[in-house]
Amino acid sequence: MNTQSNLERVLESGAFAVTSECGPPRSAAGDVILRKGLMLKHCTDAVNVTDNQTAIVRMSSLASCVLLKSIGIDPVLQMVCRDRNRIALQSDILGAAALGIDNLLCLSGDHQSFGNQPGAKNVYDIDSMQLLACARDMCENGRFISDLGEYEMDTPPSMFIGAAANPFADPSDYRVLRLAKKVNSGARFIQTQCIFNLKKFGRWMKDVRAMGLHEQVYILGGVTPLKSAGMARYMRDKVAGMDVPDSVIRRMEGLKGEAAREMGIKICVETIKKLKKMEGVSGVHIMAIEWEDAVPQIVEMAELLPRP
Amino acid sequence: MIVGERKPYEEIKSMLEGSRKILLAGCGTCVKVCFTGGDKEVALLASQLRLSAKKDKRNIHIMEMTVERQCENEFIEEIAPYVDAYDVIMSMACGAGVQMLAQRFPEKIVLPAVNTTFLGLLEKTGFFVENCQGCGNCVLGDYGGVCPVTRCAKSIFNGPCGGSQNGMCEVDPQTPCAWELIISRLRALGQLERLSKTTPPKDWSSARDGGQRKLTREEQILS
Repeated sequence: MNTQSNLERVLESGAFAVTSECGPPRSAAGDVILRKGLMLKHCTDAVNVTDNQTAIVRMSSLASCVLLKSIGIDPVLQMVCRDRNRIALQSDILGAAALGIDNLLCLSGDHQSFGNQPGAKNVYDIDSMQLLACARDMCENGRFISDLGEYEMDTPPSMFIGAAANPFADPSDYRVLRLAKKVNSGARFIQTQCIFNLKKFGRWMKDVRAMGLHEQVYILGGVTPLKSAGMARYMRDKVAGMDVPDSVIRRMEGLKGEAAREMGIKICVETIKKLKKMEGVSGVHIMAIEWEDAVPQIVEMAELLPRP
Repeated sequence: MIVGERKPYEEIKSMLEGSRKILLAGCGTCVKVCFTGGDKEVALLASQLRLSAKKDKRNIHIMEMTVERQCENEFIEEIAPYVDAYDVIMSMACGAGVQMLAQRFPEKIVLPAVNTTFLGLLEKTGFFVENCQGCGNCVLGDYGGVCPVTRCAKSIFNGPCGGSQNGMCEVDPQTPCAWELIISRLRALGQLERLSKTTPPKDWSSARDGGQRKLTREEQILS
């Protein structure tokens, strides 16, 4: 089934896709989204909008997606299960589709204890896998979750549905099986956790290929340009499920300011070039955390311009 | 068992401000076993309150009374003859016990001295952990005897999430990742295929979300 998604169009064409992400502001400043969007527009095929990432209150993902859409960007609506129950999630999927949002990324969401509202009650009525299956059923069959009345929508949403995968988290031998579950639940594209350990990612891709999953789902490798050795160490030590090898940290060590940022971009570009050559990798997802202006340069250096 | 933790002394003291005659009611079941609200803990809190009253030159009278189970009328009847003589009843039982007293003695102020924390087990001496949320529809048989509702911080049914590292949960590195446990248990039991299908959304109507839950045992009801 095809949607209006530009990301889907690019992936189906066989081109190596480029997505990036845009974190909404901690205020009502819509112009922040538009400014970030304008930086990313010419060098990406779609732009993810995070959903209160790290459990910090921000402008809503859906509202930000609509702003991006207004300047001609194909937004990817990130939706987490932390804050809304199945009633609200399904309602927001309908609303997003009606507002012309064509991509949906289903996530569990960072636990609220990491954010600025640690006293919040979490929801987790359904998990990311169940949200995927729910979104697929809504799109393909016009059905809601276990609807008692067997109601069938006359106008179902039409969205290109994706999920995340973390090749670096534990238990590592279960990760590919979990990916298979996501594919079976309806994921048509996957964006991975940031790749710094290419060796480990390569092993994961080998298992993915062995199960034939790369032929059933588009896999976009996640990359993040490092700003400093401090950031690299922080990601290694403080962010669960993140694998930053010592070899990467050594390359950042001793570099300050602009020189460190240049090295971060260089490592990122090298990673993208290696991902491009890896069988079964259909694109790259660039997460430049509060550094969106680095993305055009990275895409250009990775020889991925112009976008199809 | 139901595990509870005594409230901080300052909070208890401030709740009792202005009360002169206090009936301090312990419970001899769960909260006794977790050393929170049995006869010994009642005696300890009573002495603390008496001492601080003496220090503040206040005159108080405390009666200590621990019943077998505060959550059953039959047992709290033992308290009934004394209640009239007291300003307040402070309960050292779980929330069920406190409410049982409040229901039985509607004209009395009933205060909680304990925070009911969870339904759990004694992992080792002095260390209790939560294991059950009483969701009303037990799924332990599907998950190798490890509860994803209680032990996963996100209660996910198709885990693990991306934050599981070295077998531990990202929310608290001292807590094992429930999904790591589920997977290794099922693998050891040769039942890993149980996880191959996506578990559909849970019906939470049997949990707290369906409103106050009740259980009827027809055969026990005397006509």
